[in-house]
Formats: sequence, structure tokens, C-alpha cells
Amino acid sequence: MQTFGWPEALFIFRSAGWTLALTAIAFFIGSILGGAFAIMRLSRVRWLRRFASGYILVIQSIPVLMVLFMSYYGLSALGIELPPFLAASASLSIYVSAYLAEIWRGSIESVPRQQWEASASLAHTTAQTYRYVILPQAVRISLPPTVGFLVQLVKNTSIVQVVGFVDLMRAGMLVNNATYQAFQIFTLVGAIYFAICFPLSRLSRHLEKVMNASRSH
Amino acid sequence: MPAVLIEDIHKRFGSLEVLKGVSLSVEPGQVVAIIGRSGSGKSTLLRCINGLETFHAGKIEVAGHTMTQDPTKLRELRKDVGIVFQSYNLFPHLTVGQNIMLSPRITKNVPQAEALALAKDVLAQVGLSEKFDSYPDNLSGGQQQRVAIARSLAMKPKVMLFDEVTSALDPELTGEVLLVMEKLAKGGMTMLLVTHEMNFARTVADTTVFMHQGKIWESGPSKVLFANPQTPELSNFVKAGAH
Repeated sequence: MQTFGWPEALFIFRSAGWTLALTAIAFFIGSILGGAFAIMRLSRVRWLRRFASGYILVIQSIPVLMVLFMSYYGLSALGIELPPFLAASASLSIYVSAYLAEIWRGSIESVPRQQWEASASLAHTTAQTYRYVILPQAVRISLPPTVGFLVQLVKNTSIVQVVGFVDLMRAGMLVNNATYQAFQIFTLVGAIYFAICFPLSRLSRHLEKVMNASRSH
Repeated sequence: MPAVLIEDIHKRFGSLEVLKGVSLSVEPGQVVAIIGRSGSGKSTLLRCINGLETFHAGKIEVAGHTMTQDPTKLRELRKDVGIVFQSYNLFPHLTVGQNIMLSPRITKNVPQAEALALAKDVLAQVGLSEKFDSYPDNLSGGQQQRVAIARSLAMKPKVMLFDEVTSALDPELTGEVLLVMEKLAKGGMTMLLVTHEMNFARTVADTTVFMHQGKIWESGPSKVLFANPQTPELSNFVKAGAH
């Protein structure tokens, strides 16, 4: 029987890299989509607003696992074969976009209405109002919850194993199946998750403190 | 041509009619104070003049622009019409200097060096040159309001609107703001101000307009109007405000 040694540990570390990569991709694409949906959700154009809130409602109301199954098994049943990494990145990006859209919509809405009025009165366009007045303030407000969500995302990426993708969690399980040294293996897996998430949690808490201490600069 | 021409404005909030046919003409360089109880429609009227509120019937012309819903034309109008609010509404993430330079830079493409000189000039006008690099939160209410006035002035407006600009201030801070406004008035700025400062209206405004129940109830040269109210409503209002 195989024992848990350096090669196995290295395999787990490499898979942690995949977890990080997947998190980064999902967060990056999800941010772009989420930002767009947040703005659409607040648009004056009614169908844009409805489209965005419909999208957010649907995605938030179904398990992300469903999205993953749809994009992997569902599409393959229709003849479109996505590689696991692509299906996983796409599904997680969609999941991230819906949640970030809501976090950011809330942040934008918490900028006082008078700031919009002051900006409009100074002859700014709507785009200029967002760019120079609203978003800089909304970003500050949104940083703590956004980083908090990122911590959840790191851990939630572990669901991608259901489409055969080997992430940190799946790597731990594979090594365990071969060596049966569950305690050592999952201690290592847990330690790696902790090493990723703990600094992020601290960052989130730090940002929250900084934001509360000085609202404006 | 009048700087501001308001013709028979009607405005409803739902079924409540807040402006019931208001007409007003303001000549260039004139200072007009609008007084009245809360709910008389005075702030709503002022906000109609730069398009922050829409109206259902009537016509408004300001500084050669006709009030419109067209965003491009509305922006052109707003370049010529400054407004100062009760709650200052400075941009808290920008320094005083940045607050002032932003709009000339992005709406009129004023070059950086010129915007800087402009900002220093208007800030000197309100007596706050030393606060150029401060953030709004580090200023007193009176100072913030003076910066808000400077920010409007940097757009070189032809008409300035003041919406109860001293109402949120502690009594000892209203003086410095009123002084800046008085200087502006003497400098020939066309000004419309909604105010509770009866003394300021009487001494600085050429004309005072008393609004009541969504209408201009009474108007005239300030000194005459305050000395000889023609209606019992204004008479009561002036008496109530006197002490």
C-alpha cells in the first residue's frame, strides 16, 4: 500500500493551485459580469432592470451545483462538450456574478441620493456621475462584504469535483483513497484552506474597521 | 431678456398639487428671496429651475436655455445654473480642491493648470484658500457650505440657486455663509434663494417672494414687502419669524 509522503503532499499542493486558479478566474469574470448586472439593475431602462433582477433571482434561487450540472452534463447531452475546467469556471463565474451584483447594487444604493443630485446639477453625465462620484464611494462601502464573499468562494470551489475536476478537496480524497491516512491528509488540506482564507478574513475585518473609522478618506 | 423666466408652472406629487400656476421673472443681477412655510412649494419651485424636479405644465427659461428633459440640453442648461443645497453635498472622497476642479475638468475640458488656478481663485473668494487639500469631513458645516458655493462658482454660472443653505448650520456658523452670499450679490450675480433668514432677505434681496399653498401669494421689493405686508398670511408669517 502507498503511504502519504512528499509526492502525495506535492500533488495536494498542486491541486491547491487549481483551487486558487479557479477562484481567481471565477472572481475575475464574475466581477465583470456582476458589475454590469449591478448597473443594469439600477438602470432607468425598465427591461434592463427586469432582465438583471430576473437573472439574479434565478441564479440565487438554485444551487450552484445545478448550474454546474447544466453546463457540464446538460450541454453535453445537447452535443456540446465542455472540458471540466471550462464548465467549472463558467458555472462559478455565473454564481459569483449574481452574488456580487447584489452586494454591489446595495453598495451603490447606500451612497446618499443627494450625491446623485449634486453631481447631476454640476452637468455631469450619468456615466461621469458613476465614474467620479458614486463608484469611488460605493467601492469603499462594498470592500468588506466583497472580500467576505471571496472567502466563501475559495471554499465553495470544492463542488467542482462532481464534474471530475481535481481541486484541493478532491486531491485530498484521492490521496486518502490510496493511502488511508485520513488524519494527516485532511490536516494538510485544512491547513491549506486556512492559509488561503485566514489572511482574507483578516483583510475583510481590517477593511471594515478602516471604513468605519474614516468614512471618507 | 430676463435671466430666469417662469411661466405658469404646475406640479403635482401624486394627487397633491404643490405648485398651482407660479410665474416669476428675474432680471440679470437681481437677487430674489423666496420665503414661506414648509410645504408652500418654495424648494420645489427652486429645484424646477435646474431640472432636479420636473413639472406638469408651464414653461421655464434660464440663462437663455429652455427647460427640457433632453439630457444633453439639460446639461448645457446646468452648466450655466449653479445650485447650493441645504446638506452641502460635497463629494466626501475628494479633497476640497478636487471637489472644485472636477466639474470644469470633465464637463468643459478645462486644462488642469487652468482648473487649478480657477479653484484657487474661487476658494479665495469664499475665504478658504488654506483648505485646498482638506477633506470635507475635516471642515465645519459653514466651511463645507462655503466650499459648496465655491464649487458652483467654478462652473462660472450665470444664475445661482440657494436651497435653504443655512438651515442645517449652527447659528454661529450661518453668518460666514451669508457673508459670502452677500458678497456674491453685490458682485452682480443673479441669485434665487429659498431662505428662512428673514433679515438676510430683507437687507440683501432686491425682491422677496412669499409663497403660500403652492402659489406666489405676495411679492415685491423686499423692504416694502416686509414693512407693509398686504395679506394676513404674510403678516402672520413675518410676525412669527420676527422673534
